[in-house]
Amino acid sequence: MSQAAVIPNVTTPEWELPSRGVVGMVCLIVAEAAIFTIFVVAYLYYVGKDRSGPTPREVLDLPIFTSICLLSSSLTVHFAVAALHQARRGLCSLWLAATVLLGGIFLGGTAHEWYTLIYHDGLTIQTNLFGTTFYSLVGLHASHVIIGLIMLTLALIFSLNGSMTSKHTGRLEVLSLYWHFVDAVWVVVFTVVYILGR
Amino acid sequence: MAADVPVPAEMAQAATTHTAPRRLVLDVLNDWVTTVDHKKIGLMYIGYALVFLVVAGIQALLMRIQLSLPNNDFVSPQAFNSLFTMHGTTMVFFVGMPILFGFGNYLVPLMIGARDMAFPRLNAFSFWISAFGGILLYFSYFGASGLYGAGSAPDVGWFAYAPLTARVFSPGHSTDYWTLAILLSGIGSIGTALNIVATTICMRCPGMKLSRMPLLVWLYLVTSSLVFVAVSPLTAAQIMLMLDRYVGSHFFDTQAGGSAVLWMHFFWIFGHPEVYILILPAFAFANEIIPVFSRKAIFGYAAMVAASVGIGFISLSVWAHHMFTVGLGPGANTFFVLATMIISVPTGIKLFNWLATLWGGKIHFTASMMFAIGFLFQFLIAGLTGVMLSIAPFDWQLGNSYFVVAHFHYVLVGGILFMIFSAFYYWFPKMSGRMLSEKLGKWHFWIFLIGFHLTFDFMHVPGVLGMPRRIYTYEADRGWMIWNMIISSGAIFQAAGTLLFVYNMIWSYFKGPIAGPDPWDAWTLEWSTPSPPPAYNFAEIPTVASRRPLWDLKHPEDPDSNYE
Repeated sequence: MSQAAVIPNVTTPEWELPSRGVVGMVCLIVAEAAIFTIFVVAYLYYVGKDRSGPTPREVLDLPIFTSICLLSSSLTVHFAVAALHQARRGLCSLWLAATVLLGGIFLGGTAHEWYTLIYHDGLTIQTNLFGTTFYSLVGLHASHVIIGLIMLTLALIFSLNGSMTSKHTGRLEVLSLYWHFVDAVWVVVFTVVYILGR
Repeated sequence: MAADVPVPAEMAQAATTHTAPRRLVLDVLNDWVTTVDHKKIGLMYIGYALVFLVVAGIQALLMRIQLSLPNNDFVSPQAFNSLFTMHGTTMVFFVGMPILFGFGNYLVPLMIGARDMAFPRLNAFSFWISAFGGILLYFSYFGASGLYGAGSAPDVGWFAYAPLTARVFSPGHSTDYWTLAILLSGIGSIGTALNIVATTICMRCPGMKLSRMPLLVWLYLVTSSLVFVAVSPLTAAQIMLMLDRYVGSHFFDTQAGGSAVLWMHFFWIFGHPEVYILILPAFAFANEIIPVFSRKAIFGYAAMVAASVGIGFISLSVWAHHMFTVGLGPGANTFFVLATMIISVPTGIKLFNWLATLWGGKIHFTASMMFAIGFLFQFLIAGLTGVMLSIAPFDWQLGNSYFVVAHFHYVLVGGILFMIFSAFYYWFPKMSGRMLSEKLGKWHFWIFLIGFHLTFDFMHVPGVLGMPRRIYTYEADRGWMIWNMIISSGAIFQAAGTLLFVYNMIWSYFKGPIAGPDPWDAWTLEWSTPSPPPAYNFAEIPTVASRRPLWDLKHPEDPDSNYE
């Protein structure tokens, strides 16, 4: 019959294991980082190999303001988690709203940049290798921003209607990890596309 | 109790199993479709992989019939191209990955004393998305050319080199089915791998330190971590291929300056670690099975862990040995030659540790153990031809020949499949509650062993004689016929052995002897549960003090914890 493997006289006083949410998110981040790496490698591999224009130097402007917005949203989401941890729900909602706003500004900046590139500079994904790699890399990042914004907005709604309390701090922290990752990827994309690639 | 003593009605009812009302088919189906239980998901993974194993095995048989004679036209050249593409794709993505994840899903929580995986719903999602991928791949037979007219299966080869996959060379939708199927299976793989890592790290029962985890769990941890960094590049490359085919981008479009070699790099950055993703679980099974049937604790636990982690890291830096014939230049060639040779060192450490475990042991030659010993022998040979092929000039001679096909089938069949069979004989009693027939199992072993060696030993020869892989047929005066005939006849033995195995599973499921919780007198936690384990696994979460908790339980006078 069934024997439970309980070994007597063994005491394990503290048995604390890491939070599975954090571990799961770290795993996801590693996998996503590998995807981004491949797109970055493709960008660097093809940079300067175009047979026709436009080239990055001709059409790309440094998106400094929107980058600052995105990077500072890492801070605001951190403050939101801290506020939730201290059970200050109003403050948490405020910081979450700020995060969503900053992320939204970044996304708006990307939309404006793409609009200009497509309608004024005539650069589409089909135009040349620069177009191919630029839109796919920046687009991959932007799609991650969109997913993050959807989740942050949900968190904001839950925070406003009071269903998110300080016992959910761990979960909001997992979401904030994702958001930090999206911001960190932007540092890489910014460096590769707007500095090295230009 | 004696039959003539009247018993109270309630007790009688409890003692009679057949009085429980038979559940409707829909109920059972609903139960399986909606389940989030790691054991049921594991079994579904395994069942689904076995179906595809038979399908892809039949494809291999068709190819072997076609090649058994020169100038044969048993199948058309077009059909042959889809056959080897579908055989390779199916075996890697829809047999190898799911069967290994199936065992992992089933065994990892049981072995670490957990009640389920860390994310049960993600687990179900990952399974169903992978299953959908496999079905999508096979739907291409009907739907790939657009629904009017006959469909066509993908025919670009399992590594789908550019520019074969460009719209011009691969019109219709067959390549898109291939891309989407692999993309979906990749998402499923990453989900399950994430789950296994989180389970291993966060769900261990009290006392189960990392240094006390069963080696199987360690290897699943390494293999799942590899999935993140190996499968994701493939996902990225498939996204690029989809963009090329649908939106008109130029990643692999050489006319616009894109590079076909870049696809090769991206594919093999996935493709080579993938080989290790598949073989590490086979090592994992060997690490559990060989000690139990040698009646000894594993030799060199720490070295085994270190070797596994080492293989995981080195496997990320060997991919371009698939590309020696591309012409990477002497610097890159040298690097990949050396990296490939170095990876045989941790693999060798493992082999010696298994031998040392056998040494002086009281070996029980069960069907499971026989497959495991076959694995040791065959994996050694597969590794040796691997070292031969790692030498770039040797590879220039034999790259893309049947020698390569023989080498990797030696790994995949002689190594992985043998160990999977071994795992079935070992864990089937736990999963079903009944023993597999040992007699049929031994027949299965010998027939399959003969078939395997007929096919894959002799397959090296036409490779050395210059027969390229993936050819549809060949001229009679090449001198390849006799070898191909032997290879094809071996395939028939393998098919017969596999049929015997399937029959054994079905027969034993209904008629096999009752297994009991611990038929092998084994030492890991899964054997402390009833067979099959209840939905909650452990009525009471166990506490462990050594690597072999059940040894401690059975031998309280001499527990392992005294020595570790």
